[in-house]
Amino acid sequence: MRTTTRRAAATLAAIALLAAACGGGGLDAEIPTADDAQDTDDTDTSDDGDDGDDGDEADGGTIAGDLVGAGATFVNPVFVDWILDGYQATVNPDANINYQSIGSGGGIEQFLLEQVDFGASERYLRDDTLEEARETRGCDAIQFPIVFGSVTIAFHDEFYDGLILDGTTIGDIFERRITNYNDPAIQALNPDRELRDEDIIPVHRSDGSGTTSVFTTYLDLDDEVEGWTLGNGTEVQWPSGTIGGQGNEGVAAAVQQNPGGLGYLNQAYVLEQGFPQAQVINADGNPVFATLEATTVGAEVAEIPDNFQFDILNIGGDGFPITGTAWVFVWECGYDDTTAALLKDFWSWAVTEGGPQAEALGYAPLGPSLQERVLDAIDRINSAE
Amino acid sequence: MSQTSSEAPGALRVTGKARFGDAFFRIIAYSAGLSVLVVLGLMIGTTTRDALPVFEYQGLWSFFTSDEWRAGFSRTEFTGEYGAFSFIYGTLVTSLLAVVIAVPFAIAISLYINRIAPKRLAKPLAYTVELLAAVPSVVFGLWGLLYFGPTYVRPVMELLNSTLAPIPLVGILFEGPIFTTSYFTAGVVLAIMILPIITAITREVTAQVAEDQVQAAYGMGATDWEVMRKVILRGAFPGIVGGTMLGLGRALGETIAVAMLVGGSQRWGLSLFFGGDSMAGHIANTFQDAAPETVLALIAIGVGLFVITVIVNVAARALVWRIGRVAGDAAL
Repeated sequence: MRTTTRRAAATLAAIALLAAACGGGGLDAEIPTADDAQDTDDTDTSDDGDDGDDGDEADGGTIAGDLVGAGATFVNPVFVDWILDGYQATVNPDANINYQSIGSGGGIEQFLLEQVDFGASERYLRDDTLEEARETRGCDAIQFPIVFGSVTIAFHDEFYDGLILDGTTIGDIFERRITNYNDPAIQALNPDRELRDEDIIPVHRSDGSGTTSVFTTYLDLDDEVEGWTLGNGTEVQWPSGTIGGQGNEGVAAAVQQNPGGLGYLNQAYVLEQGFPQAQVINADGNPVFATLEATTVGAEVAEIPDNFQFDILNIGGDGFPITGTAWVFVWECGYDDTTAALLKDFWSWAVTEGGPQAEALGYAPLGPSLQERVLDAIDRINSAE
Repeated sequence: MSQTSSEAPGALRVTGKARFGDAFFRIIAYSAGLSVLVVLGLMIGTTTRDALPVFEYQGLWSFFTSDEWRAGFSRTEFTGEYGAFSFIYGTLVTSLLAVVIAVPFAIAISLYINRIAPKRLAKPLAYTVELLAAVPSVVFGLWGLLYFGPTYVRPVMELLNSTLAPIPLVGILFEGPIFTTSYFTAGVVLAIMILPIITAITREVTAQVAEDQVQAAYGMGATDWEVMRKVILRGAFPGIVGGTMLGLGRALGETIAVAMLVGGSQRWGLSLFFGGDSMAGHIANTFQDAAPETVLALIAIGVGLFVITVIVNVAARALVWRIGRVAGDAAL
């Protein structure tokens, strides 16, 4: 069993390198930078004012050094924006931070194999993984949430914009128990709408993805969803009659090209592209559009335990119910001083100053009380020994 | 040969320096040849070693025949279900479809270039077809996904669906619902991708049919069409089969374009318009985020694909050899 892991880990590492070399990050890296040059300029000015506050880490000076991170593609746009247009552009030009968006699975692997300085994932590390990590490094792995993002339901046809769905109907659609838009269950949620007799073509991610993980975790655990049988994960066994697309782009293309198409997409992507989308009923029975505000509300009402092992579920009020979190992983020991200082400085900056940039890209930043707790966690970097 | 050497005595005289050069060249040639075997051996060895636990866990038979693929997320043990039939089926269907579409085109193009087209046009046309082979497959994938599929393939699928679906037995291949990304879309784009290789070989072998036979046929009053059909195509048949098999091999292994066009659903269906999946496509789609146990299962798919490719190649060799014997002409 042990050899299985090692071999797979080696393979994964090779693949990760390949993926990085193939420019998985390359294209992603360009887009947000170009799109949001305007927004970040605004942010930058405000950053300069607060710059002195961050100085206590490094006595006002900059920290020259390299950081390498790997993991979730879900957060790649915001990480790249933070690094290139935020932190390195305004706060610490001597830093050289490199984030490889190789996927959550790869991020966890590379982090546990100590091949990167930090990892990122849309899944938090479970207790058994943390235990394994402790054995590897001789100290704890620290994980903290960094941003929140929603998963929205997008339609092929403008006609369905604002259609109200709840967890159970979404689950039934993706498990093919509901195959037509005029299904009584959908009509019951939309009593005032004329629905057409049209086949639904559900579109899911064909690649393993954090978006799928967030989406299926909602469908799997939420008390309001009945009859979901596919479980949850970055990849589940979708039934026959659904279709897959690679990446958000692939799902978007499939939704746009198949009449009757309905797919789930990362909110950041939908905000950029402007898809017709569903309102989803939350725990309080309110139908909600996946706006940035609705995601932030969801993130704030969620109860977050001290170990940061949580899924955002049962969101009520004005919160959008299908919301996920991205975590960052770092170690409690074993970094050299420069790396540790740089890690602390960068992530503290991202938590306290990175909010506007995250929002511009469609992610909800941490609320004020959560910021404090995350900063405490960041302070634990290299504190052991 | 003997005449040539007597005309230039001493031209092949071996000096000490040349003797050293010979040995040197031999070593280079040997090691180059051997390195291919070593690399291939390493690849088969390591992938099979990694795939073995998956075959043991899932069962070899079940791996190839079950269509239940459920990725597990464990880092230390196997928890998922790994039946690869859906992917195997998709790979075979899209590749066969591609060959069925591409071969008639390739033959027609070769005949046109070799026998019908004016000389001025023949060369540029031949180059243009070969240029298709230079287009990266990801470009084919993108183009198929965003433009060719929805604009051209989908109407064809709708037409076939409305005309052929009611026919018993065959109709099942053309049943709805129609997915824009489907076996059919992937097969059509694959056909375009393998067209250059099949055309190149077909053109070569049809050009090599003995001119005296062709002229003899014309002399007996055969029409252009009769000459092509009964003399040229018959003579070139083994070569055409060989070219087809090369194309099929390319189609079986094609990854990214198929991954983008086949549907990516991890399922299979009899209809050609079903959004399915393929072996190489599934590996490309899911490896990035796969947990260690699933990575091994993906490697196992790779091994399966290798096995299928070998079977196809061996079958092709056997077929060409047999046809060659029957036709009395070993073209390849």
